[in-house]
Amino acid sequence: MASLAAPAAIEGQYLDFRSPLRWRRGRKAKRPRSIIPGFGLTMGFTLAWLSLIVLIPLSLIFLRSAGMGWEAFAQVAFSPRAIAAYRISFGTALAAALVNGVFGLIIAWVFTRYTFPGRRMFDALIDLPFALPTAVAGIALTAIYANNGWLGQYLEPLGITAAYNPIGITIALIFIGLPFIVRSVEPVLIDLNVEVEEAALSLGAQPWQVFAHVIFPAIMPALLTGFALALARGVGEYGSVIFIAGNMPFESEIAPLLIVTQLEQYNYDGATAIALVMLAISFAMLLFINVVQAWSRHRTGA
Amino acid sequence: MITLESITKRFATFEALKSIDLKVRDGEFLALLGPSGSGKTTLLRIIAGLAFPDAGRVRFEGEDVTHLAVAQRQVGFVFQHYALFKHMTVAENVGFGLSVRPRGQLPGKTEIRKRALELLDLVQLADLGNRYPGQLSGGQRQRVALARALAVEPKLLLLDEPFGALDAKVRKDLRRWLRTLHEQMGLTSIFVTHDQDEALELADRVAVMDHGVIEQVGTPDQIYMHPHSGFVSDFVGDTNSLPVDMVGGTATFHGQSIFTHIGALAEGAARLDFRPHDVTIADDSDGCLPIVVSAAYRKGGVWRVEGQLAGKAAPIEVDIDSGAPRPQPGQRLALKIERAQIFSRQAAA
Repeated sequence: MASLAAPAAIEGQYLDFRSPLRWRRGRKAKRPRSIIPGFGLTMGFTLAWLSLIVLIPLSLIFLRSAGMGWEAFAQVAFSPRAIAAYRISFGTALAAALVNGVFGLIIAWVFTRYTFPGRRMFDALIDLPFALPTAVAGIALTAIYANNGWLGQYLEPLGITAAYNPIGITIALIFIGLPFIVRSVEPVLIDLNVEVEEAALSLGAQPWQVFAHVIFPAIMPALLTGFALALARGVGEYGSVIFIAGNMPFESEIAPLLIVTQLEQYNYDGATAIALVMLAISFAMLLFINVVQAWSRHRTGA
Repeated sequence: MITLESITKRFATFEALKSIDLKVRDGEFLALLGPSGSGKTTLLRIIAGLAFPDAGRVRFEGEDVTHLAVAQRQVGFVFQHYALFKHMTVAENVGFGLSVRPRGQLPGKTEIRKRALELLDLVQLADLGNRYPGQLSGGQRQRVALARALAVEPKLLLLDEPFGALDAKVRKDLRRWLRTLHEQMGLTSIFVTHDQDEALELADRVAVMDHGVIEQVGTPDQIYMHPHSGFVSDFVGDTNSLPVDMVGGTATFHGQSIFTHIGALAEGAARLDFRPHDVTIADDSDGCLPIVVSAAYRKGGVWRVEGQLAGKAAPIEVDIDSGAPRPQPGQRLALKIERAQIFSRQAAA
């Protein structure tokens, strides 16, 4: 800011030989000087890249939908079948992310807090859902959880049908989303200062109080990040779900499948309309999670 | 009274503490002083209940607390790196110990807040109750940590290198302040440090530790003026040490008599230690230590002179009144040792 208030004489000197660039110089002076060069270049790349990969494709969805007219848009995007599909997609994704939030946290806790034989191998297994083709996961899960499958046969007498319904979808999404939670929380748990826990214990806190008041608030932002990633992945997941879902309209049909169905009928407008609604809901959810995170970070005064 | 009875602790093959006995009197400010690896922090953690001995007893007022967890011992513990709760305000940090009390003893929210603010007042941070630890300086954070430890009204205050992470100026201020606070409150306190100045300045008594044993316990004056072992003499304060032969109560260095010891000591090889300020400049005469000055610089009110002594590799450090002209490199000085400690040779370095 101080440089903005530079005496006019100095400003004038520059004017003599750089007058066409004067406006630029004024703008540059507003930015605090960074010792790391390359802001212009990297920012340019960032904007170009984001535009090419994210913004342009997504804005095409808006443009295409805008061309439909409201009536036609609402007819596809808010048809009872579509609304049921949104409910299933977001409901199962949310349920799966919540389940993962709990068990992913426990797994990360065990991997970082204790040493036991085979820990590294188990730790490596966590990443498999990232690497496995989703269709393979879907087929495998179906084989296991179908009524005549490995685990499904024991669940059926209990009155639990674990395939071809929303429970099946949730199982597939739990499988897909687990690494997001574990991998987000693990580094934070490792970095957690043991002294802080000892301090809490020395002040008379019970172990559960140490967890609730000291450890959990520290890992909360990371857990939220993992939750958001798992949720987002779950909403968009297609490959692993369609095998185990059963894909009954109104019952176990996910929104991504509905989009594919529309595409197969060459109804591109319908597909983009559904996509737009999904996009809007997803964006709202992620924005909400980000706001919560920003709030909790702000509270730590960091 | 805190009593430690033959405390032993072993980490795998490393013997961290070898049968430590120690009594800490009520209201005393005791320093555990030693180099890193001497076991001083391990001992403090065992007293706190953050670690447990392999053998031995810890007694508080005669009561055996060896197997009690830290939460049951009513001790306040202050960590070197503060260990504050980052997501809580300063006042919440200080009030934490009260807010986790069981239902029957849990004070009300306003009561906790009031108590926290009182303690912040005590540590002179009354205005910062609503800040977060991340917004405070190191010295302020350590004072918050202290207030937090005091909030639960501990019977014993334990401080692990409390000034270790602070810069010299803050360290000195905080040290003085802590001594005053201790005098006001009279709370039995034990602190760990590797800084001898800190131990000598703050403590009522100092326990000097090395390799898992307590070498000497005593007042700072006793520790400095009458070290029991070569290690204590070496570790506390600046010391010059010479290999000497004792002949009839007289210490000889390379055949030359340099110090006449008053009192009886075994004949034969020994080690003679003297402080830089234990010498005077003599006219070149018998019974003196001749050195060649290699460097001289101002150290407070004296010239600190580093000199070479024939027959000894390490330089001799002595202090000379700065009223005299500064000794020049190459100059010869004859030193008369006025005061020294003699240790039997097996302890000699």
